[in-house]
Amino acid sequence: MTTTTRPLRREYVDGATAIVRGAIDAGCTFFAGYPITPASGILMAMMRELPKVGGVAMQGEDEIASIGMCLGAAMAGAKAMTATSGPGISLYSENIGLAIMGEVPLVIVDVQRLGPATGGATTVAQGDVQFVRWGTAGGYPMIVLAPSSVPETYGLTAKAFELAERFRCPVFLLTDKEIAMTLSAIDVDEYPEVGVVERVEKDAGLPYAWEPSDAVEPMRRYGEGDAFRLTGSTHDEGAYITKNAETVGALNQHLIDKIEQHRDEIQMVDADPDPDADTLVISFGVTAGAARAAIEQLRSDGIPTAGFVVQSLWPIPEAALAVALEGIDRVIVPELNMGLYRREIERLAGDREVLGVNRVDGTLITVDEIVEAVR
Amino acid sequence: MSTITITPIATFRTDDPYPFCPGCGHGPILDRLNEAMIKLDLDPAKVVIVSDIGCSGLSDQYFTTSAFHGLHGRSITYATGVKLANPDLDVIVIMGDGGTGIGGAHLLSAARRNIGITVIVMNNLNFGMTGGQHSTTTPEGGVTPTTPHGNLEHPLDICATVGVNGAAYVYRGSSFDKDLADRFVAAMTTPGFALLDVWDLCTAYYVRSNKFTRAGMEESMRSWGMEPGLLFERNVTEYSTGYRAAHASIAGSPVAGARPLPVEYAHTLDRPMSLVVAGSAGGKVRSAAKLVALGGLRSGLWAAQRDDYPVTVKAGHSVTELWLAPEEMPLTAVSSPDVFAVISADGFAKAGPYLSAMSSDGLVLTIPDYADLVTDARVVVIDPKSAPKRIPKTSLGLVFLSAALTLTGPYPMDALRDAAGAGSFSEVNLEAVETGIGLASG
Repeated sequence: MTTTTRPLRREYVDGATAIVRGAIDAGCTFFAGYPITPASGILMAMMRELPKVGGVAMQGEDEIASIGMCLGAAMAGAKAMTATSGPGISLYSENIGLAIMGEVPLVIVDVQRLGPATGGATTVAQGDVQFVRWGTAGGYPMIVLAPSSVPETYGLTAKAFELAERFRCPVFLLTDKEIAMTLSAIDVDEYPEVGVVERVEKDAGLPYAWEPSDAVEPMRRYGEGDAFRLTGSTHDEGAYITKNAETVGALNQHLIDKIEQHRDEIQMVDADPDPDADTLVISFGVTAGAARAAIEQLRSDGIPTAGFVVQSLWPIPEAALAVALEGIDRVIVPELNMGLYRREIERLAGDREVLGVNRVDGTLITVDEIVEAVR
Repeated sequence: MSTITITPIATFRTDDPYPFCPGCGHGPILDRLNEAMIKLDLDPAKVVIVSDIGCSGLSDQYFTTSAFHGLHGRSITYATGVKLANPDLDVIVIMGDGGTGIGGAHLLSAARRNIGITVIVMNNLNFGMTGGQHSTTTPEGGVTPTTPHGNLEHPLDICATVGVNGAAYVYRGSSFDKDLADRFVAAMTTPGFALLDVWDLCTAYYVRSNKFTRAGMEESMRSWGMEPGLLFERNVTEYSTGYRAAHASIAGSPVAGARPLPVEYAHTLDRPMSLVVAGSAGGKVRSAAKLVALGGLRSGLWAAQRDDYPVTVKAGHSVTELWLAPEEMPLTAVSSPDVFAVISADGFAKAGPYLSAMSSDGLVLTIPDYADLVTDARVVVIDPKSAPKRIPKTSLGLVFLSAALTLTGPYPMDALRDAAGAGSFSEVNLEAVETGIGLASG
C-alpha cells in the first residue's frame, strides 16, 4: 500500500463520460448512434457536448444509418465515432466491412451486454470478444482495444482515434455495461495526456496505394483539391472497380499487411510480472478489476502470481504475451463468457495448462473465484 | 502557380461509354444529370455522387465528380454524413428501386430530416443486375423470376411516401422526359431533401417478361394513381445548415470536464467498506448511493457504485453496491456486504445471496416488513413511520443510508450534508439525511 502525499483531486464519474471526453479531446467531430442500453449515455452526452466544439452529433434512424453517416462524414473530413452494444454491432456488420475496404478511419464503441439476441440489456458480459474480431465478411484484421478502468477508458478512446487514422481503418473500443455505467472515484491527475489526432491528408492524387503492401496512403477529403472516389468493391488505386486478379490480390494483401506488419505499434498490455510465479492470470476489461485484486491478495498470502491485463485484444499482443509466459506453468483466464479469449491463449501457450474462470449469468467474477482458481 | 478557369465545364462525363444494356433508360437519365450539372456550372470537386448497388450503382464511375460507392440501400446514409460534415458540397444519390426497399427507413428519415441531398431513383421496376427479381415498385401482376405467377404486392409509391413526410422537392417522371435536366436543376437548387422518381425500361428483364413498353409504363403510372410531374415543393430549413444554426449559441462553449471535489473532512476507515441498498426502481436508490459516495470523496475516501436494475424504468428492483475505501481499489463485485439496507419488496427479493453471505460483523437495516429476515448479521429495524414527518418513497434510500452511516461512522455526517446540499433536490435530500440520522439515533 502506498501513501499519497500530493493533494488528491477526485471526481465521481462513469466510463461513458470518459469515452466522450477522450473522443472530444482526441478531435472527434462527428458522432452518430442509435439508442441502446447500455451505450445510450454516450449518445446523449455526445448530443450535448459535440456541438460545443463545432461538431455534429446525430441519432440515426437505426444502427445501419448511424454507422453509414459516420462513414460519409469521415470521408468529408470528420473524425467520427459511433457507439452501440452487441445487437447494434450485428447491424453494423456490413458497414464495418465497407470501412475496411474503403479504408475509412472510424472508432466503434461496443458497450457489451449479455447476449445473444436482446439478451440482458442492463447486464454485464464480455461475449463480443470474437464477434468484434470476426464481425464482417472476409476475415480481415481488426484492431480492438479494451479498457479496464475509467482513466484507461479515456486514454484508449483517444488511442482508438490515433490508430484509426494511422491505419485508415475501423478501430473498436470494446467495453461493457459495468465499465461504461459504474460510477467511481477517479483521481483526475491519473488521466493520461491526450492530444488532438491530426489526419494525414493530401489534396490531389489517387486515394489509395499499396506499394509497399503495408503503406497507408494519406487520406483525401471531399471538397478539398480535385475529385476522388471511394468504393466498397474490389478496386484499383483510383477506386475504380476491378476484377483484375493481380490488382485485387495486392489490395486485399495490403488490407492485411498494413495492420499485421505493425502489431508493435498497436500492442498494449499492463504486465505485472512476478519472478517467483508459476501461475499467470490473463484478463481484460471489467474482469481485470477482480484479477488485479486477486493477485494482490494471493501475493499477500505468500502465493507469487503474475498478472497480464490485455488492453489491445486484437491483434493479440503475442510478443508481450510470450515474455509474460516465460517461467509460467499455468495460465488462468477469467472472462464473462465461456472461454472466448482463452481459446486464443491456449493456441499461444504451448503445453502450459490453461484454465478458465467463466460466468455468463450477468454477475461479475469475484476476487475469491480467481484466488480459488490460482490456489 | 495558379490557373484561372474561365470556360464553363463542357461535361462531367468521363470518356468511357456506359455499361448499360441496349434500350436501358439509365444512360439517358445520367446524360440529363450531366446536362443539369453543366447548367449549374458546378465544380466537379465539390460534387459527391453517392451511388447505391445494382445497375444504378455503376453510374458514379462515368462522372468526373467525387464519388462514394457503398453498400446496398445505404447510399442515403453516406450522403447524409457527407452533407452533415460539409454543407457546402453538392451531394447526389443515384439509386434504383431496389434501394428504396432495403433502404426504406433511410429514405423516409432523410425526407423527414430534410437533409440537403438530391436523390435520383432510376426506377425500372425490378432488380436488373441480379436477374430481374421483383422489387418494391414491381406492378401488381408483374411477372419476374421471383413472381413467376404474377406479383401479389402493391407497388410502393416512392413520391407519396417522401412527399407526405416533409420532402422539399418531389418529382415523378421517366427517362423519356424532355425537361428532365431542368427538373434535376430545380431539385438540386431547392434547399432540403429532393427526390426524383425516374421510371425507365429494363430491356433485359421486365420489358421482356411483361411485354412492357413506354406507353404501358405511362399508362401504368396513371392507372395506379401515381401521376407524373412535380408533386411536392416546399420551403424548408435544410438540416445540415439548420443544425449549425440551432447550435450556434453553444458553439465554442467549454465541454463538460472533470470537476474535482474538495476534501474537507477526515474518514475513519482502515479497510474498504461495502454498502448495498436494495430497493425499487424509481426510488432514487442510485442517486442516494451517489450522494453517499460524494460524501466519501469529500472525506478523502475512494468510492465506486455498481447499479443493478431491470430494463424497466420505474418498475422492478434497483440494487446498488457501493464501496467506500481508504485506498484506490479495482472495481469488484460485493459478495459479503458490511452494510445491507432493505427498503422495499423488490429489494428484498434480491437480498437472499447477500444476507446469507454476511457475517456477524455485518449490519442489516430493514423496514419492519422484513424484521424476521434470516442472516448472521446484526439486524436493525427502522420504521419510516416513526419519523416525525412522512418520508417520500424516493427519499427512503437516502434515509436508510444516512442511518447506516450514523451507526457505522466511516466519515463525518457533515460531509454527507455538504454532498446533499451541493446537488440537485438539495432541500429534499438534506431533509432525508437528517431524518436518517434521527432514526438511527432514536
